[in-house]
Amino acid sequence: MTSMLSRRSLLKAGAAGLAASALPLGFARAQTPIVLGAVYVGPRDDFGWNQAHAVAMDILKQVPGVTVIEEEKVPETDAVAQSMESMINLDGANLVLATSFGYYNPFVVETAKKYPNVQFRHAAPLWNEATDPKNAGSYFCYLNQAHYVNGVAAGLSTTSNKIGFVAAKPIPSVLSNINSVLLGARSVNPAATVQVIFTGEWSMPVREAEAANALIDAGCDVITCHVDGPKVVVETAETRGVKSCGHNASQAPLAPKGFITGAEYKWETIYKIYADALAKGEALPNFIAGGYHNDMLRNSAFGAGASPEAVKAGEAAIEALKAGKPIYVGPLKDNTGKLVIEGSMDNYDPVLDGMNYLLEGVVGSIT
Amino acid sequence: MTGADLFIVLIAMVGGAIRVSTPFMFVALGECLTEKSGRINLGHEGNLVLGAMVAYAGSYTTGSPWLGVLMAGCAGLVLGALHGWICKLPKVNDIAVGIAFMSFGTGLAFFFGKPYIQPSAPRLEAIPLGDWTGNSSIAQALQVNPLFFVGIALSVFLWWAFRNMRWGLILRMTGDSAASAKAMGVSVDMVRLLATAAGGFLAGVGGAFLSLYYPGSWNEGLSSGQGLMAVALVIFARWDPVRCVFAALLFGAAGAIGPSLQSIGISQGYYFFNAAPYILTLFIMIASARSKSAAREAPGELSIVK
Repeated sequence: MTSMLSRRSLLKAGAAGLAASALPLGFARAQTPIVLGAVYVGPRDDFGWNQAHAVAMDILKQVPGVTVIEEEKVPETDAVAQSMESMINLDGANLVLATSFGYYNPFVVETAKKYPNVQFRHAAPLWNEATDPKNAGSYFCYLNQAHYVNGVAAGLSTTSNKIGFVAAKPIPSVLSNINSVLLGARSVNPAATVQVIFTGEWSMPVREAEAANALIDAGCDVITCHVDGPKVVVETAETRGVKSCGHNASQAPLAPKGFITGAEYKWETIYKIYADALAKGEALPNFIAGGYHNDMLRNSAFGAGASPEAVKAGEAAIEALKAGKPIYVGPLKDNTGKLVIEGSMDNYDPVLDGMNYLLEGVVGSIT
Repeated sequence: MTGADLFIVLIAMVGGAIRVSTPFMFVALGECLTEKSGRINLGHEGNLVLGAMVAYAGSYTTGSPWLGVLMAGCAGLVLGALHGWICKLPKVNDIAVGIAFMSFGTGLAFFFGKPYIQPSAPRLEAIPLGDWTGNSSIAQALQVNPLFFVGIALSVFLWWAFRNMRWGLILRMTGDSAASAKAMGVSVDMVRLLATAAGGFLAGVGGAFLSLYYPGSWNEGLSSGQGLMAVALVIFARWDPVRCVFAALLFGAAGAIGPSLQSIGISQGYYFFNAAPYILTLFIMIASARSKSAAREAPGELSIVK
C-alpha cells in the first residue's frame, strides 16, 4: 500500500514537472480547471454542520469551471488522509476542504506537506503561520454572533426566563455560543438565565432528546442547542409545546409552531472567495475569519415562536453586529464568581478562542 | 440534593425507563427468541437501523405510522430470514454472518434512507396515562407508547410459550440439543430459520420505535448501538424474556440519570453519569454471571457456549 502510494506520488510529481516546463506558467494556471474536494464528517443532510457546508457546495457547483467532489461520513482518523489522497490522485483535486475539527492535525498538515501543489483549507481556526505548511489554511465563522441574536430573540420570547441549551462538548466555540445566548438574552431581559446540559457526544439522538426533555421539565420554555444535528432537539421542543432556536442550518420547517430563529453559517461567501481566487490564478488567503460584518453568517427567518418585539430586537441586534458592536463587554464574571473579562472585547479577539468558562447566569458546569 | 430535586431525578428515571427502553426490549426479545433456538444473530443493529428507516419511509409515504411499524417488522423479517438461510449452509459461522448483516442492514438503510432525512413523517401517538395527576412532569413521564405495552405483553407470552406451547418446547429443544431435536424428527434448520426471522421482525419493530416515537426522526446517527447493547442484555437477562424487559427498563432508567442530574444543577462529572448504564450493566453482569445457574440457563447449542 505504502509503496503504491509513493510510486503514484512520484509519477504525479514527474507529470507536474513536465507540465510546468512545457507551458508558460500563467497560461497553465489559467487553464487549470478547479477540482474541489470536500470531506464531511457526517451525512450531508444532517440538518446541521455538514448540511451547512453541503448547501454551500451546491452553490459552488453552479459556478462554471468548478467541479466539486464530495465524500461524507469520513471519520477523524487516518481515513481522512486516505480520502484526501484519493481525491488528489484519482480525481485531480487542487483544493481540498476538510470540514471537521479533528481532521486538521495531523491529517491535513501531513497531507499538505506531501502535496505542496494542492491547497488545503480546514474549517476551524487552527492554522499556525509559523509551523504549518503554506499550502494549508483555516477558515472559520464566529457563529456565536448569530447565537447572540438567538439569545436576544429568545430573551423576549420566554415567559419563564429560563432558556435551555443542549450542548455536545465543552470546547471553546460551544462555550462561546452558550455565553453569547446568555448575553443576548440579558441585553433585553436582565432576568434571563441559560441552563445547559452537555451530552458529551457530537451526535447521540436519544441522549439529546433526554436532555431536551430534562430541560423542559426543569422549567425552560425556549430550547436551543449546539450538537451536530439539531433535528431531534428542535423536534422534541416542538412536540413538548415549547419554543426553540436553531443551530448550523435552518430547522424552521421542523417547528412550525415554536421556532424563533436560528444561527446559520454562510459558508458560500468563503467558498466563493476561494473559487474566484483559483479561477484568477491568485493565491488563496491562508486564514479567513468571518462573522456578521463580512457576510459570513445569517439568522434563519423568524418563525411563529418569535414575538413581534423579539423580531424587532433581533433585527436591530444583527445590524449592530454588522457595525461591529462587541458582544463581550466587561466586567463579566464566570459562574463560579471569577472575573474573566475586564474590558470590552472585539468580537474577533483571539483571547475569546480560548474560552473555558460559563458566564454568571449560565446554570451548568464544563467538567 | 433536596427532596424536590430527588423527585425530579426519580420522575426522569421513570420517564426515561419508559421512553428509552422499548427498542432495547424488542431487540432483546427478538434476540432471546433467536438464541433460544441455538443461534446467535449479532446483526440486530442492522435490523434496528433498517427498521427505523423503513418505518419512517413507510409512515411518510402511506401516512399511517402503524403501517410503517409493520413494514419495519417485515424488513427485519427478511434480514432475519436471510441470516437464518445463510447460516444453514455448511461451515457457516453465525457470529461472522451476524456481523456482516450488521453492516449490510445499516448500509442498506443509509442507501435507501437518504430521501427521507428531510421530510417529516407522521409519528406514533402516545397514551397519556398521567394527565390525572395535574403535574406536568409526571404527565410527561407517563406518556406511554402502545409499543411499550406490546413489548411487555409479548415478553410474558414468550415466557409462557417457552414452557407450555408445543412450538416453544420444540424451539428450546433445538437450542439445547440439536441431536435430540433431530431424533424427534424436527428440522433443526427450519426451526432456527423461523426463529431468526421472527427475531428479526421484532428487532425491526424496535427500530420503528426509534424513528417514529422516540427520539422520533430518521437520520443516519439515530441508533447509538442500541441493537448491539440489546444483544448483551439478553445474556444479562439469562435468556429469560421477562428478565429482558427488566434489563431494558433498568438500562433506560440509568440512561436518564446523566441529563436529569444536570437539569437540577448537579453538573459536575456528567461524563461519568452519562456512562451510568454501561457501568451498571457491567457490575450486574459480573455479579450475576458468576453463579453456576447462569451457565446452566444458556442454550446448549449456542456457539459461544459449546
